[in-house]
Amino acid sequence: MALLTAPTEPSSVGPPLSLEPSSRRLGEKFIVALLFGAAALAVLITVGIVLAIAGPTIEFFRQVPFSRFFSTEAWAPNFVPDGFGVYNILAGTAAIVLYSCMIALPAGLGAAIYLNEYASHRARRILKPVLEVLEGIPTVVYGLFALAFVAPLLQEIWPTFVPGKLGDPPGFQFVLSAGVVLGIMIIPTVASVSQDAMSAIPHGLREAAYGLGSTKMQVATKVVVPSAFSGIVASFVLGLSRAVGETMVVLMAAGAIANLTLWPNDPVLTMTAFIGRTATGDVGFGTTTYYTLFAVAALLFVITLVVNMISIALVRKFREVYE
Amino acid sequence: MRQSGRTRVAVDAARASASTLERRGIDVKGELFRAVLLFCVVIGVVMLATLLIYVTIAGWPRLDVNLFTQMPSTRDPQTSGFLPAIVGTIYVMFGVLITTVPIGVSAAIYLEEYADASKWYNRFIETNIQNLAAVPSIVFGILGLAFIVRGPWGLGFVAFAGSLTLMMMVLPTVIIASREAIRGVPSTLRQASLGLGATRWQTVSRQVLPVAFPGVLTGTILAMSRAIGETAPLLLVGATTFVRFLPEGLFEGAYSVMTVQIFQWAMRPQEEFRTLAAAGSIVLVALLLLMNSVAIWLRNKYSREY
Repeated sequence: MALLTAPTEPSSVGPPLSLEPSSRRLGEKFIVALLFGAAALAVLITVGIVLAIAGPTIEFFRQVPFSRFFSTEAWAPNFVPDGFGVYNILAGTAAIVLYSCMIALPAGLGAAIYLNEYASHRARRILKPVLEVLEGIPTVVYGLFALAFVAPLLQEIWPTFVPGKLGDPPGFQFVLSAGVVLGIMIIPTVASVSQDAMSAIPHGLREAAYGLGSTKMQVATKVVVPSAFSGIVASFVLGLSRAVGETMVVLMAAGAIANLTLWPNDPVLTMTAFIGRTATGDVGFGTTTYYTLFAVAALLFVITLVVNMISIALVRKFREVYE
Repeated sequence: MRQSGRTRVAVDAARASASTLERRGIDVKGELFRAVLLFCVVIGVVMLATLLIYVTIAGWPRLDVNLFTQMPSTRDPQTSGFLPAIVGTIYVMFGVLITTVPIGVSAAIYLEEYADASKWYNRFIETNIQNLAAVPSIVFGILGLAFIVRGPWGLGFVAFAGSLTLMMMVLPTVIIASREAIRGVPSTLRQASLGLGATRWQTVSRQVLPVAFPGVLTGTILAMSRAIGETAPLLLVGATTFVRFLPEGLFEGAYSVMTVQIFQWAMRPQEEFRTLAAAGSIVLVALLLLMNSVAIWLRNKYSREY
């Protein structure tokens, strides 16, 4: 206003023009408020999750003391006598994560390097959509595949390949079948995030290495992987947290027995499978079993949150910025 | 710090290459490395092929009309079908669509067109959306159970409770995809519109959104296909009941969905029910493949360069 109304010499062409809008445009403000509300809903959902979990979890710990939840007793929340040693199902999750990540992380990284550094343009155009399809198949179908195809297959070949104590062939639900299928399910996630990081590396770095006489393998392992390190770490953590949070495959193929074991031929119960299995049965509202669901969900939520935060910190620490 | 990191990389590479200059002939190590990498890709492809072949062979005998027109039965797997689950899936997905799209697109418009990124609350919203995308799906089921089925909303175990639960889960997908689409609209379009005297909302609704529409649509289709394929959260909000009738509506009556029905059949020990589960899986996978192909086709067709 001041700029317009105070020219250096008196204006001769009529009254000064105002740039202020002629109306106050309340409709515009209303729309902005609506849009802001939609965006803020994301925050509300997070708050909702925390509130939804916190209340019943507090109620759970009122009925079952903290010391029992983190003790070495058995896991049997809906049995008499009951047991609430959560480490049993934590160990189940750990066993599944171990086997699935043993497959998903190296294979995902390898696939990313191949797609980004080795594959021809045409091969990439075919392989990337194939991996995307792999990502889009419903988890319940993976579960069926693990239960009805992979498990019988592993049972069949087990005695031939595994001697000694491990030689007992597994039952119809066990760690390895769920772990293998889950691992393969996660490969595309790890591969696509890793590859995004690799494709962001400027070509100059590669060309410099080639110019100095490096082989393709040296460029891949000594230039590309170190330069994309933060993205690779992020992809690993993402894969890990998907393995922790996945429900259907472990619910269907890993078993129902809370078991402290890392043996591939034992059945285990994971945290997610416990929630899924208990919810499928008849859970009376307000029973201790009902509250147990929330206590386990709280632990699951905290674990994935911590893993996520570690990922963000690691990515920040190793981030390389290229112009 | 950054510089030294890059220097180290370069020195390593130079040192490594100095030794290779002396070698001639086939790089055995390199070829082996390439083979291992190729193997990593092939595992995924072979697994996908095996899974698709297995499901097709296992479900083929029951891929018939009864699958689509009959009620499920625990006694008679030969003529048992998915009808209530199919109808239930349509109900639930309709609920997801009408809630997710307006909310997701509005949030994306706010974050891209209006939000001042230097304000703490806008950054907080963005971080929150990223975090939501990483929350395990079953936790959304817990939220749905506590807040939508019981608690303040108390909808009960109805189809719309399933819709809202899935809406919360796929919302980040729609927001992120829509933001990318909106960001892809060249700023000259906005400047031209604003320069002609249009208000901000007129610019957004008449210039930006139509151009961003294909991207938004692609994101929506991908989000819907994720929702259709999801099982775990629905186990908690009531889709578990064995339903032998069609759902009465979005807000009343028990419901079931395809994925949960497949899960229930798969967990029965008899071979006939596994066949039924596999047949349902064929239908589901075919539907999702179709949706994904449409999304990819749309993306390619409308990806304009400015």
